[in-house]
Amino acid sequence: MAFLAQLAATGWQTVLDVLPIVVVLLVFQVAVLRRRLPNARRIAAGFVYVLLGLTLFLIGLTDALFPVGETMARQLTAAAANLAAPAWSDYLPVYAFAAAIGFSTTVAEPSLIAVALKAEDVSGGAVRAWGLRIAVALGVALGVALGCFRIVTGTPLPWYIVAAYVVVIAQTFRSARTIVPLAYDSGGVTTSTVTVPVVAALGLGLAANVPGRSPLIDGFGLIAFASVFPIMSVLGYAKVASWLDRRGKHGKTGSTGNKGNTGN
Amino acid sequence: MRDAVADLAPIVGVIAFFQLVVLRAPFPNLAEVAVGLLCVVAGLALFVQGLESGLFPLGEAIAQGFARKGSASALLAFAFCLGFGTTVAEPALIAVAAEAAVVAADAGFIHATDAARDAYAFNLRMVVAASVGAAIVLGVLRILKGWPLHLLIIGGYLIVTGMTLFAPAEMIGIAFDSGGVTTSTITVPLVTALGVGLASSIKGRNPMLDGFGLIAFASLTPIIFVLAYGMVV
Repeated sequence: MAFLAQLAATGWQTVLDVLPIVVVLLVFQVAVLRRRLPNARRIAAGFVYVLLGLTLFLIGLTDALFPVGETMARQLTAAAANLAAPAWSDYLPVYAFAAAIGFSTTVAEPSLIAVALKAEDVSGGAVRAWGLRIAVALGVALGVALGCFRIVTGTPLPWYIVAAYVVVIAQTFRSARTIVPLAYDSGGVTTSTVTVPVVAALGLGLAANVPGRSPLIDGFGLIAFASVFPIMSVLGYAKVASWLDRRGKHGKTGSTGNKGNTGN
Repeated sequence: MRDAVADLAPIVGVIAFFQLVVLRAPFPNLAEVAVGLLCVVAGLALFVQGLESGLFPLGEAIAQGFARKGSASALLAFAFCLGFGTTVAEPALIAVAAEAAVVAADAGFIHATDAARDAYAFNLRMVVAASVGAAIVLGVLRILKGWPLHLLIIGGYLIVTGMTLFAPAEMIGIAFDSGGVTTSTITVPLVTALGVGLASSIKGRNPMLDGFGLIAFASLTPIIFVLAYGMVV
């Protein structure tokens, strides 16, 4: 019974979240486009699937994973806080946990699944959905671990982010043009349903436990790391993939990036 | 279903490893966790099914509808409403705005009363939602005009970098994080399908080159708007 009540409550919350989107879509569909949608019935069924899927997904996460993840973040950060004068290296298990949890939550992120499927489809298979997701997850792992290092050392956030911007800009000019928009998009999709709660709990727990840090000021910033680093890792992935592609084909021309053009 | 299991395996592995090997604690409520995991797997499988049959075709149909109609102003109005409407009620944003209000009150920018904090949080939410609306408008305009994405994004980076020099230090972390919380699980597939659909139905646009990039704007403009809000308020 408790489960059903929770199902109803979470389901209602999901419906409320979706409501503004549905209203905007309906208003423009009816008032501006004034044309029947093809397969309207199938699309409506798809919407129901999405709502039901997200509801189950959120219930499962809040029941099974978030409590364990949050407890773990607290325990790991508290373990190092008992030291008299902790150095940044006393927090190595925290960085390892941050990287591992950043990677694994990103692999399960539904919006990233969506973008990866679309990218594989549009690029005619040149961008592999799984390859893209692993690349993004590696970027988030590196970003969140570095973000924890920043909280521990108390260094200013803008230094890191601006340095990351410089690297992204340099990579942009050395990358195939077709991968750049997808890489920029991957920065924004990594941080939603799964990643934000766990990573935010990690940052706040860490800032509360490291001596001299304030959760309010130092606890923020992990999400920012998780949104910039995937851009680098996706641009890097495209370079590696095109290099492997060239080597594998023995002289056949065509890098991953260039093949994207055939999706036109 | 098999894909959903593969999606989830890493999280389960990481949590089990740190729980059993690093923290050396037994797994709490194993039965509850197992039921929860089943829900997550079933939920992901349903979500992906719904993407393919619902959200993607809908985004594409709307893009084609606007392309056929040929009214740029209607399309841009739709873009703004979509960005604003999907962000304003976003739970993650509501949480971040409330925390930002606490920070601002502690730093003495606003009075430390509930009314002042609520007003601050509400205004901040409106600012972020408007910034996402502006982002989708700018992104759609870019697809229509065929502007190169990287120049616009790099321009945005420069603006952000310049603003961090002048914005109050307390606001910087929140501003950077707000860029990440604005893109929800339902918005992303719709917006992506919209962009790709527009780029495919307009002559001379390449879906790979011009179709992606809307999300990138939606995660950049909130940083700029929140930094500006911190400087003005």
